Amino acid sequence: MFGSSRITVTLDGGTLTISPRGEIDHHSARSLRDRIDNEMYLNRPAILILDLSGVDFMDSSGLGLLLGRYQRASEIGCDLKLAGCSARTKKILELSGADKLFDFLAKA
Amino acid sequence: MKNSKQTASAGEGRRVVNEMRLRLPALSQNEGVARGTVGAFLAQLDPTVEELADLKCVVSEAVTNCVVHAYGGRGGAIYITVRARADREVEISVRDHGCGIANVRQAMQPMFTTDKSGERSGMGFAVMQAFSDRVRVLSAVGKGTKVTVIKRLSPAGEL
Repeated sequence: MFGSSRITVTLDGGTLTISPRGEIDHHSARSLRDRIDNEMYLNRPAILILDLSGVDFMDSSGLGLLLGRYQRASEIGCDLKLAGCSARTKKILELSGADKLFDFLAKA
Repeated sequence: MKNSKQTASAGEGRRVVNEMRLRLPALSQNEGVARGTVGAFLAQLDPTVEELADLKCVVSEAVTNCVVHAYGGRGGAIYITVRARADREVEISVRDHGCGIANVRQAMQPMFTTDKSGERSGMGFAVMQAFSDRVRVLSAVGKGTKVTVIKRLSPAGEL
């Protein structure tokens, strides 16, 4: 299905890992944003890892989603890290300079 | 003689070898439909994986602009035209009859957004420019906007 994404959530101690799968565009970003925020506020982790290895499309709406989560995570003292970024996702982050905000992990 | 041959050859390269027109309602679920449909049309030109991903991203950005900004979520029609030329240049235009852009130069600045929620990056046009050869924006307030993106694909069969 176009523009759809699913997530899996893992909590390990103080680390919450959220793994979206599929496509992140303006359409899917809205529900994805709500689900990530719900999990983050519910669990209040010290570290939030967004594992993007299962994301096969992302445009600037995805970038907006990541910047928004960075802001929300910072507000509750949570350290946001990105894992499994494709070269294309990194390119979009670099265009805006947002790559400097995030710690990158090869794997979640 | 040489010059006239070159001119004739250049003219042949500009020939449109295939064209697609698509009209979609400005619904967010059609962002994926638009890029998927354009991607399927472009596949016949044997683009590289990277080129195809670039152009799908460009279409996604342009259509999202129509849904979010031109029509402000109130719906309307989005018209997409894709032309493939003999010289492997692809021209994609995305047109709306929405609110128009008062200051195109400002709207195209990276990180510029009218959104106050912190959920929009303001990078739509910057992504379109980064993933294509040329972006042209024509807009009239109250009448609509036409975004045209040009990208020359690498010769068929080359990686």
